[in-house]
Amino acid sequence: MTAALTEPGAPAAPARAARRRVHPRSALAGAAVYLLLLAAALTVLFPVYYVFAGAFMRPDEIAAYPPALVPHSVTGRNFSGAVHAVPLVRQYANSVLVAGVITAAQLFTSVLAAYAFVFLPLRARKPVFGLFLATLMVPWESVVIPNYLTLSGWGLGNTYFGLVLPFLASGFGTFLLRQSFRQFPAELRDAARIDGAGHWRFLWRILVPLNRPVLAALAVYVFLSAWNQYFWPLIITRTAEMQTLQIGLSTLRDSEMADPGLILAGVVLSLLPTLALVVFGQRFIVRGLTTGAVR
Amino acid sequence: MPTAPPAQAPPRRLGEHGLAWAFLLPSVAVFALFIGYPLGRTLYLSAHANDLFGAPSRYVGLRHYTDLLASAEFRDTLLTTALFVLLTVVPGVLGALFLVLLLESRIRGVRLLRSAFALPFAFSVASASVVFSVFYNPASGVLNGLLSQFHLGPVGWLTDSRYALLSVAASTIWMNLGYNVLVLSAGIGSIPDEITEAARLDGASGLRLARSVTVPLLGPSLFFLVVVSTVNALQSFGQIHILTRGGPDGSTRTLVYSVYQKAFAYGSSDFGTASAQAVVLLVVVLACTAVQFGALERKVHYA
Repeated sequence: MTAALTEPGAPAAPARAARRRVHPRSALAGAAVYLLLLAAALTVLFPVYYVFAGAFMRPDEIAAYPPALVPHSVTGRNFSGAVHAVPLVRQYANSVLVAGVITAAQLFTSVLAAYAFVFLPLRARKPVFGLFLATLMVPWESVVIPNYLTLSGWGLGNTYFGLVLPFLASGFGTFLLRQSFRQFPAELRDAARIDGAGHWRFLWRILVPLNRPVLAALAVYVFLSAWNQYFWPLIITRTAEMQTLQIGLSTLRDSEMADPGLILAGVVLSLLPTLALVVFGQRFIVRGLTTGAVR
Repeated sequence: MPTAPPAQAPPRRLGEHGLAWAFLLPSVAVFALFIGYPLGRTLYLSAHANDLFGAPSRYVGLRHYTDLLASAEFRDTLLTTALFVLLTVVPGVLGALFLVLLLESRIRGVRLLRSAFALPFAFSVASASVVFSVFYNPASGVLNGLLSQFHLGPVGWLTDSRYALLSVAASTIWMNLGYNVLVLSAGIGSIPDEITEAARLDGASGLRLARSVTVPLLGPSLFFLVVVSTVNALQSFGQIHILTRGGPDGSTRTLVYSVYQKAFAYGSSDFGTASAQAVVLLVVVLACTAVQFGALERKVHYA
C-alpha cells in the first residue's frame, strides 16, 4: 500500500544513482542508521497497526491482560456494533457533505479573489490583500464565541448552514492561488484576449484548467482540515443526527468505555477517506501544506 | 467587443473595477461576518458582565482582565499552556529533524520508511485521541500491559496529574509527526544536489554534513515548522477534550480549553470571562508569531 507513495522532493535520477553508492567504510554506520530508523518506524506505526488489529478482535481478547497484539479469530462484530452504538452512518454522511461543501466553496471564492488580485485593476490592492493575509493570523478559537452567538441567533445552530457558513472563504486559499496565477505566462493571457475571451471565459476555460495541480493541492488541504474539524462542530451541533464523524467518535469513546474494539472499529471507518488521501495524494498534501516553508 | 484592445477604453476600466470588487465580495463578506465583526464583538463581550444566559448586562471595563491576572487558576492555565507548547514543539520538531536526517542516509527502503512516518497524518485529532485514550486506559490499555511485563505498576497516564499533560503532549507529538516529516522532507528535497555533493567531495559526511550543510540549509523549513507548531499547540483543543477534559485538577487546562469551559461546557455561559481569555489567546498567538519572526528570521539561511 505504501509503495504507491511518491517521495516528496525526489531528486533527479542521476543524483539518485550517485546517492545509492554505499561507501564500504560507512557500512557499520549504515547498519546503525537502519536499526534506529526501523525502531522509530515500529514505534510510530504501532498505533496504526493496533487500530486495525484491535478493530477485528473479540471483546475478551482486546480486554485481556496483558492485551493481545494479534487477533486470534477475526470478527466483524465491532464494526456493526460501532455503527449501531451511535448514528455513525449519518455522521459519516454529514462529514462528507460538510467537508465537500466547504472544499467546493473555498475553491470557488479563492479562485475569484485571487483572479481579482492578479488580473483585474484594483485601486486598494495592497491594503485589501493585507486584510486577506491578516485573516490567517486570527486564531479561530478567539472568535468562536461571537460566531456561535451569531449563528444561533440566526436560528442556524444544529444545522448544516451553521456547520459550513464561517468556512466558505479562505485567506490561505486566495494566497496560494494568487502565487500560482502570478506565474501565468503573459503571452498566453494576451493570446486568449486577442481570441476574444473575456475575463470570465479566460478564468474558467484557460486559467483554472491550467492550474489544476495547485487547485488539487488546495482541495486536498481544505478537505482534510474540514474533515478533521472538532471545536466548531462540537459546539454548534446539539443532536447526534447533526454531528460530524469526529464528534461521533468521541461520543463512541464516552459511551462504550468497556469495549475498545468498537471504538477502534469506528476509528478504522473514519480513517478510510483520509488514509486514501495520504496514500494517493501525498504529493498534493506536501505542496499544499508547505507553502511558505519551501520556496 | 471581441477584438477590442485590452484595458484601454474608460467604460471598460470602470467595468473591470466593478468586476474586481464583485470577485472579492464573497470572500470579503465571509471574513467581515465571521472574523472582523466577531473580533470586535469579542472585545465588547470581554468588557461586559453577563447574566446567567450569557447576555451582556453592564459595562465593566478591564475588570475581567484584572480578575484573570489576579486569579491563581488563570495563572496555572497560562503556565500549563506554555508547558504544553514546549512539550510538543521542541520534541516534535527535533524528533522529525532527527528522522529526516536519518532518512537522508544512502540506504535501501528509505522511501517506504518515509511513507511510514507520514501515515499518522491520516489520523484526525479526534481519531488519534480516541486511539490514545484506549492505549492510556489504566486497566486494559496496552501501555500498562507492557509495563506489567516488566513488573512495573500501572500508571495513571491520564488520571494522575503528574503524567496527564505529558501523556496528552506525547499523543500530540505522534499526531504531528507525519506533517513535520513531510515538511522537512520537502525542505531537504529542495536543497540543490550540487551543494550536498560538493560538501561530500570535500570530505563531509554523516554528522558533519548534517551539522554544517543540511541543517543550516533547512533553516527556512525549520523556522516555518516552529512557528506553525507553536501556533497549533496554542490552539490544541480536541485531544484535551477527548483525553482529559482539562483534568485531573486542571493539570491539562490550556487557554483554549479554558475558553471552552467558561463559554460552553456543562451549560456554562460565562461569555464575559471567556471572551477576555479569548483576547489573551489572540494576543499570545500574534505575539508568538511576531517574536518568532523577529528572533529567528535573522538566523535563517536562505539557500
